[in-house]
Amino acid sequence: MEQSLFTSIVMATILAGTPLVIAALGELVVERSGVLNLGTEGIMSVGAIAAFAVALHSGSAWTGVLAGMAAGIAMAMIFGILTLTLLANQVASGLALTIFGMGLSAFIGKPYESRTLPEIPSLQIPGLSDLPFFGPVLFGQKSLVYLSWLLLAAVVWFLYRSRPGLVLRAVGESPTSAHSTGYHVIRIRYLATLFGGAMAGVGGAFLSVFYTPLWVEGMVAGRGWIALALVVFATWRPLRVLAGAYLFGGVMIMQLFLQGSGAQIDIPSQFLSSLPYWATIIVLVLISRNAAKIRLHSPASLGQPYRPDA
Amino acid sequence: MLTRRKLIQAAGGATVAGALGGFDLTALAQEPLRIGFVYVSPVGEAGWTFQHDLGRKEMETTLGAKVQTKFIESVSEGADAERVFRELATSGNKLIFGTSFGYMNYMEKVARQFPNIIFEHATGYKTAKNLGVYNARFYEGRYMCGVIAGRMTKSNILGYVAAFPIPEVLQGINAFTRGARSVNPKAEVRVVWVNSWFDPGKEREAANTLMSQKADIVTHHTDSTAVVQAAEARGAYAFGYHSDMSRFGPKAHLSASTHVWGAYYTKTVNEVLAGTWKSSNVWGGVRDGFIRLAPINPVVPASVREEVAKVEAGLKAGTFHPFAGPVKSQDGKDTVPSGRNMSDDELGKMDYYVEGVASQLPKK
Repeated sequence: MEQSLFTSIVMATILAGTPLVIAALGELVVERSGVLNLGTEGIMSVGAIAAFAVALHSGSAWTGVLAGMAAGIAMAMIFGILTLTLLANQVASGLALTIFGMGLSAFIGKPYESRTLPEIPSLQIPGLSDLPFFGPVLFGQKSLVYLSWLLLAAVVWFLYRSRPGLVLRAVGESPTSAHSTGYHVIRIRYLATLFGGAMAGVGGAFLSVFYTPLWVEGMVAGRGWIALALVVFATWRPLRVLAGAYLFGGVMIMQLFLQGSGAQIDIPSQFLSSLPYWATIIVLVLISRNAAKIRLHSPASLGQPYRPDA
Repeated sequence: MLTRRKLIQAAGGATVAGALGGFDLTALAQEPLRIGFVYVSPVGEAGWTFQHDLGRKEMETTLGAKVQTKFIESVSEGADAERVFRELATSGNKLIFGTSFGYMNYMEKVARQFPNIIFEHATGYKTAKNLGVYNARFYEGRYMCGVIAGRMTKSNILGYVAAFPIPEVLQGINAFTRGARSVNPKAEVRVVWVNSWFDPGKEREAANTLMSQKADIVTHHTDSTAVVQAAEARGAYAFGYHSDMSRFGPKAHLSASTHVWGAYYTKTVNEVLAGTWKSSNVWGGVRDGFIRLAPINPVVPASVREEVAKVEAGLKAGTFHPFAGPVKSQDGKDTVPSGRNMSDDELGKMDYYVEGVASQLPKK
């Protein structure tokens, strides 16, 4: 079926935004528990290569995604041990984790450099995917896209509708009070960190197994950093993460479409390429103008190590 | 056991050889020439660096025991490169190849510090007594691909995913356009700049964008195989670049403009071995064996193959130039009058689209 131009733009936008949604939702949960993990880019890289290698050898994309998840958990575990058990500085450890992850992924990926996987067709939901516009957009996506929507629903429910979610938020706001009420702050932060790692790993897996599908060194190309920015952009609220990720993906896709249309527009493509980043910065500035709002929404203990016996 | 007598003999031999011409010739004949290669990306299975490594291997096979090569990959174009070049120079390599434009200033600096070591830099323009440069006329291959594209397109819209608007990339776009329009004046080329050499996700999106806007043939000047894969997935056609990329899209891949460095590497090393090497600036094309078209897809009819073969023969004989005048720029200005070919100097300064490119060039 020939899709209309508008439908293809929306489809491409959702596809481009999906790895950001997955990784950013993971990081959001981590930050809500009061931990700042700047290692997303590195975790995504390792997740991407682990998923790619396993998918290539096993022939199963889903085994690959699981491997990406496992690799992400392993990377997050390193971060957890450093910052939660050994109480190292979170910012420095996160940055180190990114550098380590990018190097490690290049090292593991050497034998896989520029190899490719078979294309994974979109998962068409029978009957519904033939509807005009809404059909392909809502029911004709790659399977991992549906998963990102389920993930969003799960995170929203968890944070706002479940008791463990409430505890997690309490830990992020005031670890001391949570501790004195009898909650194990470090254990909860560990779980959140590992969840974040798992999601960053899946985000990387989406890139190497579903999106491109190939492996080349450095293919995450800054998407980990964008995911981090999105969490702030969304003022730590999951629905806004989704909106932000699609906005970001949309601006990127739109500028490609504009260029490809052959229309005579007098805007430098370098400027168009930087538009998504401009959008992020502008929204950040707008949000930050309102100090009360920032204070209200950012987890109060973000980035501060917690020593239970202190 | 080493006796004192043998030691004296050896010393005497060395003195004689030294007196003859400053070189220990016997040692030179026995000891292989050590050669270092510095690559900007991993070798992988296709692409810019892969082609250079093919050239290295070919040279090594041809020269056998006379050479001993070594390569260092993924060396970024920064201070790191300078360290790597210096390390290769101090560890016994007598000839060092650097294969990325951004190594230029570092190679020049290190070459000055090691006047007895020979440096060869791909795609740069700074030379010194012991620093030569070499490059290929990539646009010649693009022109041939353009001829195929012009004949094979049904929508008359060709898509081009490009990295940065530098002369080398513009030469490729313009040659491709001229090739296509030489056989199909209705063909137009649309360009999408991704402003990155290396972002497979974005390259793929750019290709998809072009295809959903009616381009039925796409090609790229970026570093991954994503565009060819995207075309395969959508049932469109594509051209590879750097390498034969038919493995990445067997149905889509019409042909590719490939780079062949082996003959040049063999020749250069032979000159160094013979002591006849001189710093020079080499820009080789189809004629010199630097550029070759990958096998053409069986879907391309014989008549088109003949047309391409004619162009290739002209390039080989030196009777045909992809930018033979008149060359009209996009806004209708004559940049090269009829009756002469575009000079190398003009090619090196190219900063415009030719007639037939539908997109707007990013402003400086």
